[in-house]
Amino acid sequence: MSYIPHTDADRAAMLEAIGVGSLDELFDRVPAALRFPKLNLPDGLSEMEVAAELRGLASANVHAGDYAIFLGAGAYNHFVPSVINHMLLRGEFYTAYTPYQPELSQGTLQAIFEYQSMMCALTGMEVANASHYDGATSLAEAATLARAVHRGKRTKIILSPGIHPQYRAVARTYHQGNELKFVGDKGSATIPDLIDMLDDDTAMLVVSYPNFFGQIDDLSGLATAVHQAGALLCMVVDPIALGLFKSPGELGADIVVGEGQPLGIPLSFGGPYLGFFATRKKYVRQIAGRIVGETLDKHGRRAYVMTLRPREQDIRREKATSNICTNQGLMALAACIYLSLMGKHGLRRVAELCYHKAHYAAAQIDALDGYSVDMTKPFFKEFVVTCPRPVAELNDYLLEHWGIVGGYDLSQDYPNRANQMLVAVTETNTKDEIDTLVEALRDHEAHAGHEHTH
Amino acid sequence: METEKLTELKTGPANGAPEPLEPLIYELGAPGRVGVSLPKTDVPEAELPADLLRADLDLPEVSELDVVRHFVRLSQLNHSIDTGFYPLGSCTMKYNPKLNEDMARLPGFALAHPLQDPTATQGALALMYTLQQWLAEISGMKAVSLQPAAGAQGEFAGILMIRAYHLANGEGHRTKIIVPDSAHGTNPATTAMAGLQVVEIPSDENGDVDLDKLHEVCGDDVAGMMITVPNTLGVFETHIKDIVDAIHGCGGLMYMDGANMNAMLGVAKPADLGFDVMHYNLHKTFSTPHGGGGPGSGPVAAGEKLAPFLPGPVVTVLEEGDDENPPLYGFTMPEQSIGRLKAFWGNFGMMVRAFAYIATYGAQGLRSVTDHAVLNANYIRARLKGVYPMPFDRMCGHEFVCEGHWKDIEGVHALDISKRLMDYGIHPPTNYFPLIVPEALLIEPTETESKEACDRFVEAMLKIAEEARTNPELLHEAPHVTPVGRVDDVLAAKQLVLCCRPIPEHGA
Amino acid sequence: MAEWKTPEDLKYTENDEWIRVEGDTAKIGLTDYAQDHLSDLVFVELPDVGEVLTKGEAFASVESVKAASDVYAPASGEVIAVNSKLDDAPETINSDPYGEGWFVEIKLSNKAELNDLMDAAAYAKHCAARE
Repeated sequence: MSYIPHTDADRAAMLEAIGVGSLDELFDRVPAALRFPKLNLPDGLSEMEVAAELRGLASANVHAGDYAIFLGAGAYNHFVPSVINHMLLRGEFYTAYTPYQPELSQGTLQAIFEYQSMMCALTGMEVANASHYDGATSLAEAATLARAVHRGKRTKIILSPGIHPQYRAVARTYHQGNELKFVGDKGSATIPDLIDMLDDDTAMLVVSYPNFFGQIDDLSGLATAVHQAGALLCMVVDPIALGLFKSPGELGADIVVGEGQPLGIPLSFGGPYLGFFATRKKYVRQIAGRIVGETLDKHGRRAYVMTLRPREQDIRREKATSNICTNQGLMALAACIYLSLMGKHGLRRVAELCYHKAHYAAAQIDALDGYSVDMTKPFFKEFVVTCPRPVAELNDYLLEHWGIVGGYDLSQDYPNRANQMLVAVTETNTKDEIDTLVEALRDHEAHAGHEHTH
Repeated sequence: METEKLTELKTGPANGAPEPLEPLIYELGAPGRVGVSLPKTDVPEAELPADLLRADLDLPEVSELDVVRHFVRLSQLNHSIDTGFYPLGSCTMKYNPKLNEDMARLPGFALAHPLQDPTATQGALALMYTLQQWLAEISGMKAVSLQPAAGAQGEFAGILMIRAYHLANGEGHRTKIIVPDSAHGTNPATTAMAGLQVVEIPSDENGDVDLDKLHEVCGDDVAGMMITVPNTLGVFETHIKDIVDAIHGCGGLMYMDGANMNAMLGVAKPADLGFDVMHYNLHKTFSTPHGGGGPGSGPVAAGEKLAPFLPGPVVTVLEEGDDENPPLYGFTMPEQSIGRLKAFWGNFGMMVRAFAYIATYGAQGLRSVTDHAVLNANYIRARLKGVYPMPFDRMCGHEFVCEGHWKDIEGVHALDISKRLMDYGIHPPTNYFPLIVPEALLIEPTETESKEACDRFVEAMLKIAEEARTNPELLHEAPHVTPVGRVDDVLAAKQLVLCCRPIPEHGA
Repeated sequence: MAEWKTPEDLKYTENDEWIRVEGDTAKIGLTDYAQDHLSDLVFVELPDVGEVLTKGEAFASVESVKAASDVYAPASGEVIAVNSKLDDAPETINSDPYGEGWFVEIKLSNKAELNDLMDAAAYAKHCAARE
């Protein structure tokens, strides 16, 4: 049946070798009253039938293959070169386990080592781990690191309100059982406001670069102030933006985390994604997650192996830095291939395309009656549009009449941002798509305005 | 100092040392090369903010073919399920169906944005809702959250839920989590992350939880207990009901580590056994690929008491459907939720694969999965009995533990046996776990291996037992035919070369 | 069965630390038994000079490829010297646990605490009992 290869003859021979008469007898130790419950599940299906059912479900979703999409807010429709999927579909990569046995895992190990190296280069940090579940959990683990560095003696983590709202929520979920307090993000604190909150109880201050609204905040003097207070500076970053903008290392960050999905990983309705995590070498023994190091085999040949293992749960148990076992291995591989293909020049080019297209779109929308775009600060690929009416209403219209997935409705997370839409523009959005969006917004205002006057 | 190390590294192998198997991607290519073609700007160019830009970006400069060959060659250095037997205990390395990969890549799934209006992604939500229902049914639990990204995160959710439950009942003094000494390291690590204290209790000579010791630690400070079923030694606890009663009797809750669900499908429902909460590993039991160490997916299932505390959002029916119309699904937060565990909704791509897997097998098929997983494990156990010492001589679940050493052979260890297995084209079993068995070899064949594959493994193991007596050097020097020989992990830990690029000046 | 060195002039703890008293000061390290069980050490974290140790508290940690372990103070006192050679050569603990592999030197604040510690014979028995 399905993927079970046993024949009747196999079963009979195996049961005989074991010394039992039937498959049921293998389970004699399970309490009889509870044994073999009925499972109320559908009957099994053939491969064709399963495929048909899933195609049906998939076809009920609007997706970036059929629609122009201007939605970002932490997940982006960037271009994914074909090579990546071909490499990810190699069974030698995707059907392998965590590389505990280095002699049988040099492929995975070297790829992770290369990934770590590229993440160091991108962030300007000295070490990167093999990855976390996603950007949000990377932030939560950054707080764990800050707590460990201060040996639990500092309890305050200052979060900028410009960090992705879901990341802030996840950090709080992770640390509900310990003494850490997360502050700073409930109102609309600016960077100077956050600096004012620093004190000798502050373990870490976190900003987003660019921030959730797409802007590049002025971070000059931030690192100095944070370090003077004896705290760590963590930056949540968009890896594509780092193709163009100064690295967090250059800006004085101690920990850099972020979502690696833009690096060649499909939207996939929110996961699996890739949490990257990089920091300074002096903290390497306190970080969570897998780390691969270079070494030699017994013949003196260069080889790779998971190292700093005693930090991990299977050895240190309750004293481990985290309970994490896996990294996002295959997703880290995708990012590694993406960064190899793009390389020094390609990533910069992708970032520039995002920048130019976003600025074109922002200017066009800002010119529309009733709409305005906040362009007071430098921004990268996202910007905030203040709309004449609720974003949900506009998005319904865009989807239904124009085949466009509109931007993110900021009022969902920020009550003071009613009618504000966060628009994302990437290298995949053509000028035509942008012009159509602008036309659609104008059109809606004309119609809606018309309705309102009557 | 860093830079010195790196220079040394870039100059390649020292005199006489063998060439690396494959150069680093940074050692390939040439300045100016790009591996992808990108479009010209079709909009007027905006002025870049010069003072905010970085001067350089230290990434590789390689062609598309350089990249393809490099990663294909790297892939060929791996052992994988697709290339050979992988009897890694507690990891359930079963065949990963190809159909499931295709399904997860359907554009309607792979290109759907997680923050679209839920009315535009009803297919994805219907899939998630159905999977929640199926996983609830298999476990007998009331509700399921698909949020956790991996088993470890599912565990963390479960323990936070237990903690939140006691807090909500004004019983914040319950801070102890009981963990057997045979447990996965994640159990104590999870407990510590949740701010609770671990109380470890020993196993008895049969590999069961020591009931007397358990009763001694039961009290009103107990928050709960974490236990794996069947346990990590591969056996069903004889006294599971007594354990559950003892913990419930003192006001604690029972957490089941679902790592070993491949031995439970249609055989027993965790909720029937008395568990209050558990996690699944979709990448073990439901065949989503391990990916060389992730992504996983670790849904958490809860009974009546803990369902309101599940991490969220979860998918619920907002408007019931009828004959004409499907229901309207939406995301909601459980009433007293511990919160979000990751951004968005969980590892959706893994959910698609697990859905396809369960749909393929159906109720009877899943039972058959467990039947054959347990059949294979017991078959191998029976055939190795008498040759490899076995601490617990009884029927096992989907895996069993034996010892990789012999009293009368000096100097041969589980590690040597593991490394020698590689020469036979077989991935070693999990070794040195569980910690309570000396020189442990934890063997889990899974149901997708044929009798011939099991036989080949047995033959290799018997041959190695013979070699241990006649030619132990063969074992000590193993592996002989792998891409690299034994790897110096002490050197790796001492030199800590974790990145092959020079550290930029400002980084210091 | 392996034999571990247990020099007569030292006092020992159950956690496998040794202490060598020289007047009002004492050197502290890890025993031969401990280094043998931890295997090749790759990293040591030591306290700073001036830190005050309390008997029983973890004041240092050691790490091998397979294990990490805390080192506990066998007696109370202020740290007056640390063996910084261990930073670059943690393997010294493996090769010479009672000599060049010492961890810290402290100024003893309560010599009476030493009475609770084991002598060489008792410690040798303690090691043998754990095999």
